[in-house]
Amino acid sequence: MSSSTFSSMNTIKSSCFTTENHSLNPSSIIPTSSFLVSTHKLRFNTPTANSPPCFIKNRQTHIVAVSDVKQKQLKSTPSVGNLLITKEEGLELYEDMILGRTFEDMCAQMYYRGKMFGFVHLYNGQEAVSTGFIKLLKQQDCVVSTYRDHVHALSKGVPAREVMSELFGKTTGCVRGQGGSMHMFSKEHNLIGGFAFIGEGIPIATGTAFTSKYNREVLKQADCDHVTLAFFGDGTCNNGQFFECLNMAALWKLPIVFVVENNLWAIGMSHERATSDPEIWKKGPAFGMPGVHVDGMDVLKVREVAKEAVARARRGDGPTLIECETYRFRGHSLADPDELRDPSEKAHYAARDPITALKKYMIENKLAGEAELKAIEKKIDELVEEAVEFADASPHPDRSQLLQNVFADPKGFGIGPDGRYRCEDPKFTQGTAHV
Amino acid sequence: MAAIFQGLGAATALSPSNCFDSNKLHFSSRRSLSGRKASFFVVRSDGSVNFASNSRDHRAQQMITNAVATKADNSAASTKAGHELLLFEALREGLEEEMDRDPHVCVMGEDVGHYGGSYKVTRGLADKYGDLRVLDTPIAENSFTGMGIGAAMTGLRPIVEGMNMGFLLLAFNQISNNCGMLHYTSGGQFTIPIVIRGPGGVGRQLGAEHSQRLESYFQSIPGIQMVACSTPYNAKGLMKAAIRSENPVILFEHVLLYNLKEKIPDEEYICNLEEAEMVRPGEHVTILTYSRMRYHVMQAAKTLVNKGYDPEVIDIRSLKPFDLHTIGNSIKKTHRVLIVEECMRTGGIGASLTAAITENFHDYLDAPIVCLSSQDVPTPYAGTLEEWTVVQPAQIVTAIEQLCQ
Repeated sequence: MSSSTFSSMNTIKSSCFTTENHSLNPSSIIPTSSFLVSTHKLRFNTPTANSPPCFIKNRQTHIVAVSDVKQKQLKSTPSVGNLLITKEEGLELYEDMILGRTFEDMCAQMYYRGKMFGFVHLYNGQEAVSTGFIKLLKQQDCVVSTYRDHVHALSKGVPAREVMSELFGKTTGCVRGQGGSMHMFSKEHNLIGGFAFIGEGIPIATGTAFTSKYNREVLKQADCDHVTLAFFGDGTCNNGQFFECLNMAALWKLPIVFVVENNLWAIGMSHERATSDPEIWKKGPAFGMPGVHVDGMDVLKVREVAKEAVARARRGDGPTLIECETYRFRGHSLADPDELRDPSEKAHYAARDPITALKKYMIENKLAGEAELKAIEKKIDELVEEAVEFADASPHPDRSQLLQNVFADPKGFGIGPDGRYRCEDPKFTQGTAHV
Repeated sequence: MAAIFQGLGAATALSPSNCFDSNKLHFSSRRSLSGRKASFFVVRSDGSVNFASNSRDHRAQQMITNAVATKADNSAASTKAGHELLLFEALREGLEEEMDRDPHVCVMGEDVGHYGGSYKVTRGLADKYGDLRVLDTPIAENSFTGMGIGAAMTGLRPIVEGMNMGFLLLAFNQISNNCGMLHYTSGGQFTIPIVIRGPGGVGRQLGAEHSQRLESYFQSIPGIQMVACSTPYNAKGLMKAAIRSENPVILFEHVLLYNLKEKIPDEEYICNLEEAEMVRPGEHVTILTYSRMRYHVMQAAKTLVNKGYDPEVIDIRSLKPFDLHTIGNSIKKTHRVLIVEECMRTGGIGASLTAAITENFHDYLDAPIVCLSSQDVPTPYAGTLEEWTVVQPAQIVTAIEQLCQ
C-alpha cells in the first residue's frame, strides 16, 4: 500500500508527514516533531470521475474508491495476482458478511416472536462497511459503535451466542443482560461500546485514540500502535461532537479513523434535507485530515480505503474521515414503519446488495465456487441457530444482580472488605453499617 | 460581646484577597472567649433547659473552643511539623503527588496547561509533566469530557477540569450516560476511573451562570460518586482519594474557598471519600452542611454557643453516597437536625438528605428536620440580592433557636 494510492484520491495530505518509512516498524511511529503539530500545508486533489451512479442529487463529486485507482495501476503491470483479495481473505469477508446478515434477520424473527424487546436497529445492507473495516484490525484495536452495533460486535469477534443472549436479556449475554441491543461491550475484544445517543461515541473514541498516543509518547510503549475506529451515521455529522472531535483528533494527530456510514436517512430525515453540503467527506480536509468518499456497498473498495486509513493511523500520521455511501435495507429500527423512503431508491440499493456483489466477484474471478460459498452459508445458519438455542436456554438474571456493577471501586461504595456488595448488607441502607 | 463577633465575622468573610487562616482564628477566638464567666445553659433534646453551674465552667470553655476548630486534629497538626498552604495549593499538591506516583494520571481541560488553570490548581504542572499529560483542550466540554472517559476506559486516570463547574452542563450527556452508566451497561467490564472537578458555588457577584451548584443536578445519576472539599486538609486528601478510586468521582470545589489557609501534615495522607467530617462535636442539635456553608455554620455556632446551645456540626463531604453512619450516630444523640446548604431548595442535596434521614432515622427525631437552602432564583448579580440568595449565619442562629425550643 503506497501513499500514492491515497494521494490520487480526493484526499489532503499534509506535507509535514514523513513519507519515506511507511512500514509498521514501531520505531517509525514515534513522531520526531514536538507535541504541538506544525502548520499543515494542504494539497487538494480533485477526484476522478469514473464512478458508479450516486443517489445523492446534490453531489458535485462522484463516488471514488481507491480500488478503482488501484486496479488500474495493477492492470498496467501485467501479473497473475491481479485481484484485490486472496481466496482466504475473500472467504473470511464473505463469512463475516453472511454472519452479519443472517444474525440480523434472525433478530427480526426473534423480535416479532417476542423474544427481545425495546429498540432493535438492524444492519442489513451495510455489511460491507463493518466487514471491510473491522476485519483489518488487531484484537487490541478499538471499535466504537452506535446503537446499530450488533454486526460491529460480531465483526470484532464477539461470539454470536453472547450477542444473541444479550438481546434476549440473559445473564450469558456479552454484558450480562444489563446493556441490551444498543449497549454491546466487550473488553476482551476492545469493543468500546455501543453508544445509544447520537454522536456521544465519537468523544469516547477520541479518548481511546488518545490513550494509544499517551501510551506511546508518555509511557514510552514504543510498540503501542493501536488504532481506533469510530462508526457513526450521516445524521451524526450535523452534531457538534463530530466537529469538536475532528478538530481534536487532527490537532493531536490521534490514531483514529472516523467512519461515516451514510445510509442517506436519519430515521425519517433525509440526508439532503438535513445537511447544507451533503458531501460529508469534505469536512475532513476542512480540519486538516484526508476525507475519502467510498462506495459503501462494495466491501473490496471499502477494504482498500480502510487499509490505507488504518495504516496511516498506525504510522502515527493522524486521523482520516471516510464517508461510506451505503443503505439500510430495513427501517431505522424494527419499530419504524419506513413509509418515507421511495421504493425506487430502495430498489436501486437492493440491486447493489454487497453480499451478492462479493459473491459475484469471487465466482467470476474463480476465488471460490458456488458450493464453497453455500457451505459457508450453511455453517453460519447453524451458528446463528445455535446462538438462539443458547440464548433461549440461558437463565434470566437473578434479583441479586440488580445492584451489582453500579459502582466499580472495591474500596468504596460498591464492595466491602468482605468482598460483598455493600448494598447487600441490610445495615447499609439503614445507615448502621460502618462505611 | 457583639463587637467580638463582628470582628470574627469580618475575619471569616472570605474574599480572594482575604486569606482565611483557620489556625490563627482558632487561637484568637480562644483567647477572646475563654475569659467568659457568664452562666451557661444546656438545652436538652426534650426541650428542658438546665443552667450550668460554675463547676461546669471547664466544660463550657471546651465547647467554646470547639466552636471554631475546623478539625479535631488540626490543632494537633499546628503544633507538630507541617506546612501551611492555601486550598488551591493543597489541591495542586495532591495532584502532583498522584502524578508522581502513577504515570497514568493525567489532566485535561481548558487552560489547565500553559495558563495553569483558571484558579491555578494546575500551575506549573505542564512544565513538569509535559503538554500531553497536562492537556490544554479546545473549548468543547462535551467532547473533552467524553475523551477523558474514553481514556479512562482504556487504562488512563484522567482528571477533567471544568474551568467553572457550570460549564459542565455542556458535558452533561457524557457525565450522565457514559461516566455514570457505562460500568453498569458494560456488565462491569469497563471501569471509568475519572475525576471531574472544578470551581462552583456562589462567588462574589459572578452572575447566574457562573454561580451554579451542580451537585443537585448530578446527584441522581447512577454510578457517580460526589465529594465536596472545604479545607486545604480535606481538599488534598479527597483529591488523592478521588484519583485512586475506580469510580468516576466529581470533586466539588468552591470559588470562595481557594484562598483558605491551613497547616497540613508533611507526611502523605488520603481522606475517605465516603466519610463525613465531624467539625464540632455537640449535644443539642445536628447541623449538616458542606463546602462553603460550613463557614457560615461555624460563624453561627459561635453565636449559638454563647447563647448556650451546643450544636454538633458535621461536614457531610460525601454528597453521594451520604455517610449515614456518622449522620445516624449524631441524630441518635441529638434527635434534631438542621441542614444548611448552598444548593437550590427544590431537589437539592438537602432535600435528598432530608429524605434519607426520614427514611432511616425517623424514630430518633424529636422535631421535624429543618433545611436551609438557597432561594430558588437564578443567582442575582447585585451584591445585596446575592447575599439574600444564600443562607446567612443569622438565619442559621434563628433556625436553631426555633428548632431547640
